Amino acid sequence: MNTQPPAPPALPPSLEANPKLSSWVAFSRDGHVSVSPGKVEIGQGIVTALGQIAADELDVDISRLRMVRASTSFSPDEGVTSGSLSIQNSGRALRHACAEIRQIFLTAAAERLGVSPDALTVRDGAIAGPGNVSTSYWELADEISLDRDAAPGVIAKSPDQRALAGHSVARLDIPDKVFGHSRFIHDFSLLEMLHGRVLRPELSHATLLELNEERAREIEGLVAIVRDGNFAGVVCETEANAELALAALRKSAKWSLAETLPDESALAAWQKIQPAETTVIDSRKSTLPPALLRSVKRQYTRPYIAHASIAPSCAIAQWDRNQLRVWTHSQGVYNLRSDLALVFKLPKDDIVVEHMEGAGCYGHNAADDVALDAALLAKAAHGRPVRLQWSRADEMSHAPFGAAMTVEVGADLDAEGEIVGWHHSVWSNGHTARPGRAERPTLLAASELATPFPRAIAVNPPHASGGGGDRNSIPIYDFPSWQIESHRLTTMPIRTSALRTLGAQCNVFAIESFIDELAHERGEDPIAFRLRHLSDPRARDVIETVATKAGWKPAKRDGAGHGIGFARYKESGAYCAVIAEIEGTADIAVRRLTIAVDVGEAINPDGLINQIEGGAIQATSWVLKERVRFDERRITSNSWTEYPILRFSEVPEVTVDVLSRPEVEPVGAGEAAHGPVTAAIANAVFDALGVRVRDLPITRDRLIAAMEAS
Amino acid sequence: MPTIRFRLNGAPIEIDADPDTPVLRVLRGHLGLTGSHFGCGAGECGACNMLLDDRAVTACDTPLWSVAEKDVTTIEGLGNAQNPHPLQRAFIAEQALQCGYCVSGILMSAAALLKRNPDPTSAEVKAALDRNLCRCGSHNRMVRAVLRAAAEMRAP
Repeated sequence: MNTQPPAPPALPPSLEANPKLSSWVAFSRDGHVSVSPGKVEIGQGIVTALGQIAADELDVDISRLRMVRASTSFSPDEGVTSGSLSIQNSGRALRHACAEIRQIFLTAAAERLGVSPDALTVRDGAIAGPGNVSTSYWELADEISLDRDAAPGVIAKSPDQRALAGHSVARLDIPDKVFGHSRFIHDFSLLEMLHGRVLRPELSHATLLELNEERAREIEGLVAIVRDGNFAGVVCETEANAELALAALRKSAKWSLAETLPDESALAAWQKIQPAETTVIDSRKSTLPPALLRSVKRQYTRPYIAHASIAPSCAIAQWDRNQLRVWTHSQGVYNLRSDLALVFKLPKDDIVVEHMEGAGCYGHNAADDVALDAALLAKAAHGRPVRLQWSRADEMSHAPFGAAMTVEVGADLDAEGEIVGWHHSVWSNGHTARPGRAERPTLLAASELATPFPRAIAVNPPHASGGGGDRNSIPIYDFPSWQIESHRLTTMPIRTSALRTLGAQCNVFAIESFIDELAHERGEDPIAFRLRHLSDPRARDVIETVATKAGWKPAKRDGAGHGIGFARYKESGAYCAVIAEIEGTADIAVRRLTIAVDVGEAINPDGLINQIEGGAIQATSWVLKERVRFDERRITSNSWTEYPILRFSEVPEVTVDVLSRPEVEPVGAGEAAHGPVTAAIANAVFDALGVRVRDLPITRDRLIAAMEAS
Repeated sequence: MPTIRFRLNGAPIEIDADPDTPVLRVLRGHLGLTGSHFGCGAGECGACNMLLDDRAVTACDTPLWSVAEKDVTTIEGLGNAQNPHPLQRAFIAEQALQCGYCVSGILMSAAALLKRNPDPTSAEVKAALDRNLCRCGSHNRMVRAVLRAAAEMRAP
């Protein structure tokens, strides 16, 4: 008989790609463990969660860990910190690597102590065995080389053996932040550091025709004026003088006319006639005979949305002859390095990119752009480092935006009004133009140089990796047939790239609003209607939990309403159900969001709740307030006045229930709430006022328009 | 260059600078106190809030001349790891931030509130913080943290 030996269990993908154990973990004689994930802190608390995983597997106190910031000079290449994948990717890799490292140390300790490895225990790095024999990681640190590749087959601890995972460990970075200690790149300075500013056009894609440098040259401490085609900037000894020099330069600049932007009040119509690449995302054919009686169709839209971080993007760059060093709050140090190598035509090894924390990052913002800007300015700085911080206005108008979307959803109903067919079509620009993924750079200044790279047109990741405009476009409900299509625009007058949830916010808004409309038409309770079409037990669980918590359905009162929204993020990630309670007649106030979430194993429950709460409040802000404004020549929403976000007095109460499943592999939570919250608010508005707003944001004007239309 | 005298975090200080220089630039640049953050430069986000005497004001659009002979307190003067202000302790206890870029300005607004109102309601805390922007959505935790600190400060 010829039996195949069982295939060895594979390494976690991120460890497979970065197998050298020493790139993840290093021990020092003085009792510390350096843990070096390729994922970066972007305000989500990931460093603490990864620390918990490492401390658990190694059996050391978390205070012994030194979490190392990612750098291309030594860190594992884990791509971009995005898509709620860090726990999934980095967490799994670290868990495996640490389990193996523990085993390696135990084997060496057993040899030294003359006992069996199985007889040894580890307690905060101290290794002990029968007869009071002992050693420690710290004692063995110099003897054991971790310069070896990870091997498959190591068994990590079972959930009940973990001391920290599943517990709300306090975040490691919070004390620094409340004491004003410098952790942010904005607060970092280097010896001999200079300050830069960049001149960007106010009109959309205008060309710099003329620049008179005379006035700027008179500014004290001016080191250089840099001009390369449309890219222009100044380098000065101080930040104040850099601003004066920039103001002088701006005054002298003559620009061409703007490229025309679309009509912001007719975006859906514009999107539908643009050249596009059409993809069938999924198609399900019913085996039942066609029973179609009638079809219903609705259109839902969202505007462009700005990242609008509280800090403008910032970077520091320094040249040493032909070698470049960059400090950045990019989500992907290796990806940024790839694009810098393309722009400067340098081997990647001549560039080092180091991560430093920035303000909260919700996707592909201007972090990468400002890094190239700083590197271009630093070329003129004679080897001195140059720090560049964008202005608030540039941050709000030149950083990529989350793409505007138009979604058409249709249902085919049979004689009983039951859903027998479902259609979903998305029109949108692509949702990613991240650096480091294409043959050409996507950094802003790359397209401004005298010898420019073409402007990158945003694309969509394949649906199997989460998709872009099509993210969450396939319904989770048990409909017998469906056709799901995505139209990615191939023109891009307004720059778009990845913003938290990519297309999921609008797709979930569309699906969950439409489901509500269909339930209402049938006179069915929207939760009962959903459950009637849902066989996934984890989905049912979060919906039933949230319904119980919110006392569904609360008694009707004047001027108030309740609505539900639900999704499984990326169709394979976290389950999240939300019930919104709103008040108001023209100015909507969201009073309460009751949320239930299932991410599988919750590594740090409080960190997870913090992410869900934050996502829910940010989504409320998107829904009630946010819309990038523009006229035909330029982006006009370039300040907090023009682009308001939710304030303290407008923030709803948020309660989060975590359905913990320690036996299920963990997934991320940062993006799970946005779609469900959006739909829940829209559905609550309908419940309160009897009008359906299908275009975001739900503002007073939109409500009045919807009332007039109904 | 004229000399401007004021008290910074309890100690007298003299700065030789253009009197129109924004205080934030003096703090972060001349003095290397980077706890107050630049967010917009237009007094719209509150990331740079400091106490001017007992009021919270934005440092990015407050000219240096206007703080002459006054008391300026920044996050560095509110408390430190050895001797934290109850607000700082409460923000840690409530894990009341995500990225934390806005938090030093929010702590200063909260400190000003507790000086004039030691027993605020939740609505009063929200009103006091309404000019501070937070993009990560940590608002509710921050409000809880301020109420916790207020309770601690009132306790005998």
